[in-house]
Amino acid sequence: MKPLLSVNNLSVTYKDDSLALQKLSFSMNKGEIIGIVGESGSGKSTLIRALLGLLPEGGRYTGGEIFFQEKVLLRESRLNWRGVRGKRIAMVFQDSGSYLNPIRSIGSQYIEAIRNHFTVTRKTAQTMALNMLSDMGLDDPERIMCAYPSQLSGGMKQRTAIAMAVTMEPELLLADEPTSALDVTTQNEVMNRLSELRSRQGTGMIIVTHNIAIAAHMADRIGVMRGGTLVEMGDTFRVISDPRHEYTRKLLSAVPELEGNVHGS
Amino acid sequence: MAHEELPILELRNLCKTYELKGHRAVDALKAVHLELYPGECLGIVGESGSGKSTLARCVTHLERVTSGQIRYRQQDITRLNGKALRQQRKQIQMVFQEPSAIFNPRMKIGAFIREPLINYKIMKGQQAEQEVLRLLERVGLPTAVADKYPHELSGGEQQRAVIARAIGVEPDIILFDEATSALDVSIQQQILDLLVELRKDTGISSIFISHDLAVVQQVSDRIAVMYQGEVVEVVESSQLTSSANHPYTRNLMASALSVREMKHRMRVQNLEEEQKQGQRGVLQESLSG
Repeated sequence: MKPLLSVNNLSVTYKDDSLALQKLSFSMNKGEIIGIVGESGSGKSTLIRALLGLLPEGGRYTGGEIFFQEKVLLRESRLNWRGVRGKRIAMVFQDSGSYLNPIRSIGSQYIEAIRNHFTVTRKTAQTMALNMLSDMGLDDPERIMCAYPSQLSGGMKQRTAIAMAVTMEPELLLADEPTSALDVTTQNEVMNRLSELRSRQGTGMIIVTHNIAIAAHMADRIGVMRGGTLVEMGDTFRVISDPRHEYTRKLLSAVPELEGNVHGS
Repeated sequence: MAHEELPILELRNLCKTYELKGHRAVDALKAVHLELYPGECLGIVGESGSGKSTLARCVTHLERVTSGQIRYRQQDITRLNGKALRQQRKQIQMVFQEPSAIFNPRMKIGAFIREPLINYKIMKGQQAEQEVLRLLERVGLPTAVADKYPHELSGGEQQRAVIARAIGVEPDIILFDEATSALDVSIQQQILDLLVELRKDTGISSIFISHDLAVVQQVSDRIAVMYQGEVVEVVESSQLTSSANHPYTRNLMASALSVREMKHRMRVQNLEEEQKQGQRGVLQESLSG
């Protein structure tokens, strides 16, 4: 099978010549979920932004290649994201909810986003939006479409933003701490919805998080990042049950666990 | 748990209602009853909107309660003001979620920790300088940090500095409101270890508020579960998984992410698959034989 995304020797440098990513390589298949785990400063957010050509100010590609379904996105520091970004590769941030336009109703911005990418009528776009919102576990999609961002809770905004990102049926969804700002029960809900989305649409995902437990619950494979490199990458079960790298062990032992017989196992 | 001693802090029938013009009134706290005993760490867990932060703000007099009583060492402190309130504030210190938001960016860490020592006239000059260094060491920071500005510190180091300032005035109670929630899990673990250690050394009483049940369980003796402005249940931390009854608590427990459980589940799946394949193998053998 041809890989969905492959990254070869990707290097990124910031203004002060610090290496944010050092010759990083990996590839993933269609419909696969990859969890990238690391602490702040490990380069995990730089990686996910680099994949979409959205490096923060001062960031530069200094080497390597990125292929998306064999199409060259990056080679010799030349970028080519046209027609890919937003539709075929979508991104969700930790506080995506706050990227919503505060002075327009959800419905108006949602419908505009859909009609930017698909030639459909307003009515069809409205239906698509309503369906996707209820797929994200939001109870009253009609009310959400009429609401302004300030009238929704953080969890609702985040789920709305995820819904908007995946309506375009991207083949790859990049998610930077998509559930970290949410309550635990909402976090579980969003994680389940993302897994469902993968089963239904075959969406590949890269989920970046500082909590290895989140990656363990969602990902097929886990990559552990430190100092701009992947120190370990492997199948989720192998990584959590038989971590090879000292740093992975440290991340695993830092996850707070409930004491006592919780899950009846 | 039967407590021989009298509670150091008692919340009786605490209510807080927010009234906004043109909106319906919101009952953020509904008749909350809680006691904190000397040396105890009381955990408070709940999700956003459950009223846990309102509770913290009321206890520390950042907000006035609508009705009910806050009693500290058998004294009613609900409506203190002026000088008495200032002295009372020293006894209940608070550590918030976002350390970067509480620093004055132009004040060095040393001055930040020294400030309350001077303001409360606990010590002066040279003695306070020495105390700052001792406090820094106490929270696991190098003494050189005293000369640094807040932005030169990482989130975990900043939170240590905030804790150093809080323990400097030797309060009776420290209230932690989501104090580790903004930190990476590995840094969170280091701060939790520090809290446990400080408690062992000083016997200070504390209230630890978090949305993360596993974190609360790790540091506290008892856990109060808040839901929509009410304390729905108080359980012993060690008995949490066996004795928690309220459906909301069970829901929180079911939502807690666990690597251990994940490992277990995947191991079972792998075994089942192996068994299936084994059976298939036997079946094929018996067919071909």
